[in-house]
Amino acid sequence: MTTAQTIEIDVRTDEMLVNMGPQHPSTHGVLRLVLRTDGEVVSEVMPHIGYLHRCAEKIGENLTARQWVPYTDRMDYLAGMNMNLGWALAVEKLMDYQVPERGRHLRVIIAELGRIASHLVGMGAYGLDLGTFSPFLYAFREREKILDLFEEVCGARLTYSYLTVGGATADFPPGWLEKCEAFLDQFVPVIDEYHALLTTNAIFIKRTAGVGLLSAEMAIDYGCTGPVLRGSGVDYDLRRDGEPIYTSMYEGYDYEVICQRAGHYPKDQEYPPVPIEAVLGDCWHRFYVRMLEVVQAIGLVRQAMAKYRASDGSFGEPMKLNQKLPKGEVYLETESPRGQMGFGLVSNGTAIPWRARARSSCFCNLSVVSELCRGCLIADVPAIVGSLDIVMGEIDR
Amino acid sequence: MAHLLNQIFDWFAAWLGGSVANDSVAGYVVAALIYLALLLNLVAVGALVFIWLERKVSGRIQDRLGPTRVGGKFGWLQTLADGIKLLTKEDLIPGDADKLLFRIAPYVGFCASLSAFIAIPFAGRDFPFVAQHLNVAVFFVLAVMGLEVFAVILAGYASASKWSLFGAMREAAQVVSYEVPMGLCVVVPVMLAGSMDLVHIGDKQQGWFTNWYLFHDPFTFIVFWVYFTCGTASVNRAPFDLAEAESELVAGFHTEYSGLRWSFFFMAEYGSMLAVSLLAAILFLGGWNGPIPVASLLGLTWHNGPLVGYLGNFLGMLNVLAKAFLLVTVMMWVRWTLPRLRIDQVMTTCLKYCTPIAAAMFVGAALWHMTLPDRVFAGLLQSPAANRLLAEPLPGDSIQLDLQTVEAATIARGGRP
Repeated sequence: MTTAQTIEIDVRTDEMLVNMGPQHPSTHGVLRLVLRTDGEVVSEVMPHIGYLHRCAEKIGENLTARQWVPYTDRMDYLAGMNMNLGWALAVEKLMDYQVPERGRHLRVIIAELGRIASHLVGMGAYGLDLGTFSPFLYAFREREKILDLFEEVCGARLTYSYLTVGGATADFPPGWLEKCEAFLDQFVPVIDEYHALLTTNAIFIKRTAGVGLLSAEMAIDYGCTGPVLRGSGVDYDLRRDGEPIYTSMYEGYDYEVICQRAGHYPKDQEYPPVPIEAVLGDCWHRFYVRMLEVVQAIGLVRQAMAKYRASDGSFGEPMKLNQKLPKGEVYLETESPRGQMGFGLVSNGTAIPWRARARSSCFCNLSVVSELCRGCLIADVPAIVGSLDIVMGEIDR
Repeated sequence: MAHLLNQIFDWFAAWLGGSVANDSVAGYVVAALIYLALLLNLVAVGALVFIWLERKVSGRIQDRLGPTRVGGKFGWLQTLADGIKLLTKEDLIPGDADKLLFRIAPYVGFCASLSAFIAIPFAGRDFPFVAQHLNVAVFFVLAVMGLEVFAVILAGYASASKWSLFGAMREAAQVVSYEVPMGLCVVVPVMLAGSMDLVHIGDKQQGWFTNWYLFHDPFTFIVFWVYFTCGTASVNRAPFDLAEAESELVAGFHTEYSGLRWSFFFMAEYGSMLAVSLLAAILFLGGWNGPIPVASLLGLTWHNGPLVGYLGNFLGMLNVLAKAFLLVTVMMWVRWTLPRLRIDQVMTTCLKYCTPIAAAMFVGAALWHMTLPDRVFAGLLQSPAANRLLAEPLPGDSIQLDLQTVEAATIARGGRP
């Protein structure tokens, strides 16, 4: 006689191993996920990385600190400015150098614009992962304008190498701040479009709310950072909680860390309410944190522009290409759009670092994917991976 | 058509000293070929236009221009250029594929899509523009379009690719969920018209737009939207394009297809979109009867001579095509706006929401039809001319009358009805 238990086992069929990637439309570059599936249900996800490894860190041991700057913006190629900033601050920490007031605000403007551009790609690509195409182009339309601003400032649209050790390679060209102001004014109403197309869209909520639940404990255990961590309700942002050399950059700025506290997000701006279906730590919250950070970044840029205008003097002096570094070891983490981006540097007193290392935020964020995808459907895998907003260039370096 | 052709043949035969019977096979064969050529043109050119339209619509929705170069300012030859590109592509069949099924699948899909047009009329009244006037046209169209699923499953199975198989299985799961509510929705106009003949259903809605089944009663109004949702699901359009979900299954069931075979799937998809939209236009939106009965008001009816009647029918055809194009455009609009549903959500939508709604609306429409006089909303906008037209018996009505007479006669004879 067969019991219900045995019947259930009999009905189960063979599990199938499927390769999602490295050439797959929604793996954000060259991530390879091996899915163990039983029909539509995914029982296990194994991420495989290394397809975009370019030996960036080894190259860093053969170049001077400033020569390595162009390699940093090829790591997280969607937020090159923030990568430059991370490395520049790490080297500055070693040299015990403080950027002048004007350069500090210039860096805030550039870093926060970079954050907006990066989150726009994250948001648009997330729409693509869920099968809607238009938000992607809407996001790129606005990102294009930021790239135009960046191009005007440094001549490059993707790999900037603008923020560099000692300050920046150049000051803003005349009239740039007005253009930036005009862009922000024009950009604010567009965010409502994004909210209409994605954040509050019924199907979007259905696809993301309650999917890929990442508890705060798990997020901390796995070392998740950035919007992934804050999407789980952990109030942690290096711009406020980081090391003094980094937090001093944001001194005197009025902003609140975007994270749900006591069931609420900081109410400093108008934004759509959290749907009932959404649970803290799901894909929807991770997406939402990014959307709110875009608005927050606009505010920061506005403040920084006012402060930049008010300040005078030098914007910093870029270090010489072959300038000798003081002997020592240094490690500094900054809040890149994707999370905690750390740069480590060991110097033996020459111009070329003895060791140059990067701590990838996406690597840790990606490591939770096998936990999040256990027992989800195939369609949820892109939704979860997309909500982590990874950039393979940064993971593999 | 066949009889007409046979008469022509007979005329030629008489010239040579012979004769051709009125129901000779020759006439039917030639008529079938002519219809086939016309319908093939409709589907192929329709697909050409729709693909161009899709690019333009998506371009405009996404703040782009869409194609602008090929064929002048509007890029209207872009699809043709793409077609030539697809024709010249290398013919690839994966090594492990089931070669025969792999080759057959796209043609099964295209044939299913094309066959649906056999029974879809483009104008009605005394001289319906339809390849084969079927009295069970609704049933035929739904059944034949259901065959398209085989193509998807065959393609997915034969490709020997895991992603394709996923696509095929999704399609199989999807078809059982949308066919039920779709059938229920289609039954409502069939019930109101008392016929499964599409020509008859279309003719029943003649006059002002208030006579459309969409505005027949509140229930049919809702049924139309349910039908449109299920119709979108049946042609695998977003947000129900799970079988080819790009971000999940690479390209779903047609992952391994390229070149001409792939383009046949593409044409089948656009053909089905047109078929589903035409069906919606005929069942709910009055078919060839415009919002304003221009043809009737101008006297372009068959009573004033065949040529005039033909012109009226031609206007009707433009009318039904315009409605279908509008619905297709709405499908495109939806596709470029909404994210995709998950497979379990599609099944929930179709089985848990659409089916009960459709069933309830069916009961509601039936009760309304039984208790209240027809066309309650009508009369507000009806001109005497249109009313006079309505009073005329329709070709299909006589069949019903006949049935009633037969029934009555049967009862009179003491038999069971």
